[in-house]
Amino acid sequence: MSVTTAIDWTKRRADRSALARLFDWKPFLVFICLLPAVGLLMTFLTYPLGLGIFLAFTDTTIGRRGVWVGLENFEYLLSDPLWWNAVFYSVFYTAVATVLKFGLGLWLALLLNQHIPFKSLIRAIILLPWIVPTVLSAIAFWWIYDPQFSIISYVFVDVLGWRTTNIDFIGSAWPARFSLIAANVWRGIPFVAISLLAGLQTISPSLYEAALLDGSTAWQRFRFITFPMLLPILAIVMTFSIIFTFTDFQLVYAITRGGPVNSTHLLATLAFQRGIPGGQLGEGAAIAVSMIPFLVVATLFSYFALARRKWQQGEGND
Amino acid sequence: MTDIAVETRNTAAAAPEHMAWDSRARRMVMLWLPLGCFLLILLFPFYWMAITSFKPNAELYDFRAHNPFWITSPTLDHIHKLLFETAYPRWLMTTMLVAVCSTVLSLFSSTLAAYAIQRLRFRGSQYVGLAIYLAYLVPPSIQFIPLATMVYQLGLFDTPFALILTYPTFLIPFCTWLLIGYFKSIPYELEECALIDGATRLQILRRITLPLAVPGLISAGIFSFTLSWNEFIYALAFIQSSESKTVPVAILTELVTGDVYQWGALMAGSLLGSLPVAIFYSFFVDYYVSSLTGAVKE
Repeated sequence: MSVTTAIDWTKRRADRSALARLFDWKPFLVFICLLPAVGLLMTFLTYPLGLGIFLAFTDTTIGRRGVWVGLENFEYLLSDPLWWNAVFYSVFYTAVATVLKFGLGLWLALLLNQHIPFKSLIRAIILLPWIVPTVLSAIAFWWIYDPQFSIISYVFVDVLGWRTTNIDFIGSAWPARFSLIAANVWRGIPFVAISLLAGLQTISPSLYEAALLDGSTAWQRFRFITFPMLLPILAIVMTFSIIFTFTDFQLVYAITRGGPVNSTHLLATLAFQRGIPGGQLGEGAAIAVSMIPFLVVATLFSYFALARRKWQQGEGND
Repeated sequence: MTDIAVETRNTAAAAPEHMAWDSRARRMVMLWLPLGCFLLILLFPFYWMAITSFKPNAELYDFRAHNPFWITSPTLDHIHKLLFETAYPRWLMTTMLVAVCSTVLSLFSSTLAAYAIQRLRFRGSQYVGLAIYLAYLVPPSIQFIPLATMVYQLGLFDTPFALILTYPTFLIPFCTWLLIGYFKSIPYELEECALIDGATRLQILRRITLPLAVPGLISAGIFSFTLSWNEFIYALAFIQSSESKTVPVAILTELVTGDVYQWGALMAGSLLGSLPVAIFYSFFVDYYVSSLTGAVKE
């Protein structure tokens, strides 16, 4: 019995066509396997990235090939108060939203890390704001922020009686800025909380037991066990969060479109406004490219600031 | 003197700690109250969305006569209007088509890429892996302008192909990353056995690695599907004609008409647009959570 199968086996091997052998040749196989992914990424990611940087140095508009204008676009941006405004708000938006997201997200993660019934159900529900399309939840926020029929105003004015007038959420500059940040934080908390929860669950309980025996307080356990153990994940999640908050587009576009009086433009929405409906592709690309230095700095800062601390921690323990 | 001070501080610190283990009220305040607040705030917009889409206009715009937190006479008017007086079903179909196609395309390419990087182990494979990971850090907000010109030159402007081909740029890096991690967890010995038995590399991939990696593939698939369903900026920039828009773009650009917002229809549209991802997600929530957390842990 086993002999016949052995014969079968050698026969099949001999029958292999040249094509089959080609597909078993490792360099060719590696090439074929990487081709779709690398090809797609090269065509639609790397090339546009270069093209975008190129466009930033031209005066291309929709329907007209531009000519090289050197740094003219950037010189114009530096003298453009709207661009400075967008830079300010992008930085402010990212800073405030990140601090709030991580503060509240960490708190939520710590709450979820305790023994509670229906844990997985609660965890699933909490992720909802993250998976629902941002624009659609942003429209819900738009309706919540309605100047006349805002439910929050209703609660404050008619139910609690704390105010006499409706809250002006998105009608003037500063309230609008904070309203957008609130919506961004609302959307970002679940991701931060669930990621940090995963980090918390990898911390060995024996560390807490040892600390309890040594008479540590809750704060000390958080400060000297939870937080240092969480830092590596915190660094990664924060890098992602900063990048995608700084380049946020959907929330602002859906709720205020940069208004009132351009006070809530982020760099991304300004680039879109100038580039697509405005038709000034070169200038839009220049605004988009001007985001890159901020992103690089933010990434390096969040990554190295947190990662180095982790490395020092490891050094200290050894 | 100092000893006493230290002593009192220690007992003060230890006392609530001791109580924490048995005091119910404390647990209530420290755990359930904040958790309840979080859940309330995180879920309220959905409740408000749902309740608005079933409210008749009379109730919607009159908070004094009707309690805004409840509906006295629910109506399907807004949903009816949405489904039969706008191109909403069409938008849903387009979005579904784009999401499914780009998910399949990304899954196919990232499975092969992850297999090559993790299992074929050629020289420099970790650099290719790193490059693909870095690609994830390139935000779509700096890509849409050059991509718009490219899409236009390729003649794909205003077609679903513009989206099907560009969505993989943010899907592939994530899926590849996730699948590399997943392939890593499959014992290499299984593949060695198959190699000794004379299987070709592609047979190994099809018969051994892929069946074992099904949970990873499902996670990557759900992630891709939700990400492409939610995508906004490319769809806004590359699609012009009303009938080939995706749901998120169409609701914002087609349903917002004039100065009077049809909040009922807008909320109904948002609710219906969120439902497919929410349902899809609820079936696979464990995969989703594990992929999210697994990817972060990598």
